[in-house]
Amino acid sequence: MTNLQYARWLMGTSLAFHILFAAVGVALPLLMIAAEWRHLRTGRPEFLELTRRWAKGAAILFAVGAVSGTVISFELGLLWPAFMRFAGPIIGMPFSLEGFAFFAEAIFLGNYLHGWGRISPRAHLAAGGIVAAAGATSAFFITLANAWMNHPAGFDLVLGRATNVDPIAAMFPDGWGPEVVHVLLSSYAATGFAVAGIHALGMLRDRESAFHRAALGIALVVGGGAALLQPISGDFSARNAARNQPVKLAAMEAHFHTQRGAPLLLGGIPDVEAGVTRHAVEVPRGLSLLAFHDPQAEVRGLLAFPRATWPDPLRVHLAFQVMVGLGSAMALVAAVGAASFLRRRRLPDARWFLRAVALAGPAGFVALEAGWMVTEWGRQPFTVWGVMRTAESVTPVPGLAVPFWGFLALYLLLGAVTATLLVRQIVHAPRPSGPGAGR
Amino acid sequence: MTPADAVAGVMVIALVIYALTAGADFGGGILDVVARGERSREQREAIERAIAPIWEANHVWLILVLVLLFVAFPAAFADISTWMFVPILLLVIGIVLRGAAFTFRTYDLHTDAVQRRWGRIFSASSVLAPVMLGVIVGALARGDAAPADRGWFAWVAPFPVVTGAFAASLFTFLAAVYLTVETEGPLREDFRRRALGAGAAVFALAVATAALSARQAPLVFRGLTGRWFSAPLQGATALAAITALGALQGRWFRLARLAAAAQVSLIVLGWAASQYPWIVVPEHTIASAASPRRTLLLLLGAVGLGMLFLAPALWVLLRVFKGRNAPPADGAAAGPTILG
Ligand code: HDD
Ligand code: HEM
Ligand code: HEM
Repeated sequence: MTNLQYARWLMGTSLAFHILFAAVGVALPLLMIAAEWRHLRTGRPEFLELTRRWAKGAAILFAVGAVSGTVISFELGLLWPAFMRFAGPIIGMPFSLEGFAFFAEAIFLGNYLHGWGRISPRAHLAAGGIVAAAGATSAFFITLANAWMNHPAGFDLVLGRATNVDPIAAMFPDGWGPEVVHVLLSSYAATGFAVAGIHALGMLRDRESAFHRAALGIALVVGGGAALLQPISGDFSARNAARNQPVKLAAMEAHFHTQRGAPLLLGGIPDVEAGVTRHAVEVPRGLSLLAFHDPQAEVRGLLAFPRATWPDPLRVHLAFQVMVGLGSAMALVAAVGAASFLRRRRLPDARWFLRAVALAGPAGFVALEAGWMVTEWGRQPFTVWGVMRTAESVTPVPGLAVPFWGFLALYLLLGAVTATLLVRQIVHAPRPSGPGAGR
Repeated sequence: MTPADAVAGVMVIALVIYALTAGADFGGGILDVVARGERSREQREAIERAIAPIWEANHVWLILVLVLLFVAFPAAFADISTWMFVPILLLVIGIVLRGAAFTFRTYDLHTDAVQRRWGRIFSASSVLAPVMLGVIVGALARGDAAPADRGWFAWVAPFPVVTGAFAASLFTFLAAVYLTVETEGPLREDFRRRALGAGAAVFALAVATAALSARQAPLVFRGLTGRWFSAPLQGATALAAITALGALQGRWFRLARLAAAAQVSLIVLGWAASQYPWIVVPEHTIASAASPRRTLLLLLGAVGLGMLFLAPALWVLLRVFKGRNAPPADGAAAGPTILG
């Protein structure tokens, strides 16, 4: 591999690792305070037990999130100095505001995790609330920076240099709304489903466990709610891409030939050399309908753009199919659960439903990673879309294979240890004789 | 004062706070390495209790400095990242392993073998990170940080290596002094002895740094000696150092903490003042690397707003946890005490 490829793989690996913890950092505090609030309201012990277990999980996950986020902050300079030289003054606002969200998060997390018995129960709950809000705020700001990379705004380009810089305009480029909403929802959906999956497994083993019931209820409300909204939000994202990055949309859909009433392709392998997509199932006019809400709309295909501005349609299309497929499955599970709850007014706990939830547990995180691959691969060959190519932004430092393999090993190690500790800390239910026995 | 100067000033203040807080956390890790004797377990536990609730918040000051650097002085950020590639990489690895190992140690099994394994990683990385931080500062001050074609190890030179060791000794000293205030009885005596030892190392390395800077970092040496503020600044630093050591001798621990904090702050300020107006000697000054004015003003506004919110929050955190270093009243708290 070339140095540039190592740089891209290192950046992608680091971000893909960090986002796991970041998504949990956004959503888990919400689950935690929901459980704690229920405990304060009802006094039922299983909610307290749940809060404590989730808080321990949060302590581990936040530490790894903080250190992996730090790696990325430095990597922006280590790997992409030219990009930062160009973009720093323009997108500084979201990054610096995010810094204060990190402060809020870290400070109140300290209060929350280590403050049991030192501060009043209400203050404790409030600290948790601030952590939850701060997590969402940091995701909000960092996503604004990414939205700018997709649709750069707030400067004039004169001879390759940015002049007339307007950081406020750069902070809210066209398309920031859909991306921010979609990313936030993805954190709640992925974390909610993962947690629900764990506790559904627990209930399959011990159906009467009040502990697992309490957990499943909260996780399904948060995760299921987000999963139901996600396809709607994804529709906004797709229309945004159609407007602002048509070549990315063409790659996502593996759509080569500009056409009115374009069909939607399900599956299929794009063949770049031949300019066709094989083995796909066609939904007539589907693409025009989805991308422009008009069955006759013209959708530009990849061949309408210079070859040098194409992303790799194979990767982008496959990643997109994975996200949408899993997202639809999650929405289906959530809808079934919601319907059952509305009919019976109690937690859906049929075995087949629990199995489905357990099966869908990892789907959210897989969809989330796939979605980021769509966005990031789909932006290639540009780092700043239409303005700066990835090849121009990379560092001149040689030998990037060494940090790439080193960090890969480090992430695998951290991931394995984190998983082991989590299993030990939260997954094992308390003994049936414990506080969770009565319902 | 230009907006660029103001941002640089904020960065220096953030660095001072980083040294006073996260620096002491690294120092705690170094003390963990040298914990010996019959009370080594108690020493380690006291260190752990001191660090656990605050290290993530302390760590964010470095993120803030980094963000301010790339927003306000992007050219300097890009060049530092390129020229200091290896030390920064090692710093990052140190930061990752320190935070991860510290947390894993708390939540992993409390058997000796497991605890010792994480402890060793925690300590080793707590040495690595501050040494690399010092190396970076030393190399930037030296004035030939631009090794475009001299490969991965161009930063290796006596001056940066000594500044690296100096940073580590300083943080160890600071941590030991803090811990004398937060502990009692024989444990407190242990940390007092460590503080005195580290204080001696700080002194020796300070002399070495100053001596080497005359030849290896001439611009900074001139700044350290030849400006109007040089003599008073050096005098104040020396006074703080002597006060800290004297107070430790006399067991006035609160005074020692105050003086040690003053000493560390003055050292960071002294370095910054002597390097002014350079960010990277002799490549970028504050003015030459600065972003457009509008960016800087907005950045200052954001920092001001953030601080308005941050200051009371930090105050609450320190109030809750820095009264006295003891296990929390509620024995069921999430923490090392109950996990086994
Ligand atoms: C739980 C995770 C999850 C789920 C279930 C979905 N997505 Fe998604 N999607 C993401 C998580 C995600 C993401 C990781 O958060 C991305 C990457 C960047 C972004 O804006 O969100 C993303 C990006 C993304 C983009 C690219 C935006 C761009 O780069 O301009 C589109 C068009 C969609 N999504 C559309 C959908 C549709 C139609 C879904 C229907 C089910 C869907 N997503 C479900
Ligand atoms: C270029 C990309 C990114 C950078 C530079 C970055 C940087 C960081 C840093 C430095 C931290 C640690 C803060 C601390 O010390 O407490 C962090 C944590 C966090 N990041 Fe990221 N991040 C990036 C991408 C993302 C994305 C895409 C999201 C959200 C969708 C996100 C959300 C979070 C959250 C919620 C946390 C705090 C939770 C935790 O510590 O686990 N980050 N990030
Ligand atoms: C956390 C979720 C994210 C994931 C999983 C992710 C993934 C990736 C991947 C896979 C690449 C490599 C692209 C390629 O080589 O084809 C990449 C590149 C990059 N990403 Fe992201 N990304 C995320 C969020 C962000 C955010 C929020 C930012 C900006 C603030 C960002 C900034 C960058 C930069 C600067 C590069 C390198 C230049 C380039 O390849 O264009 N990423 N990312």
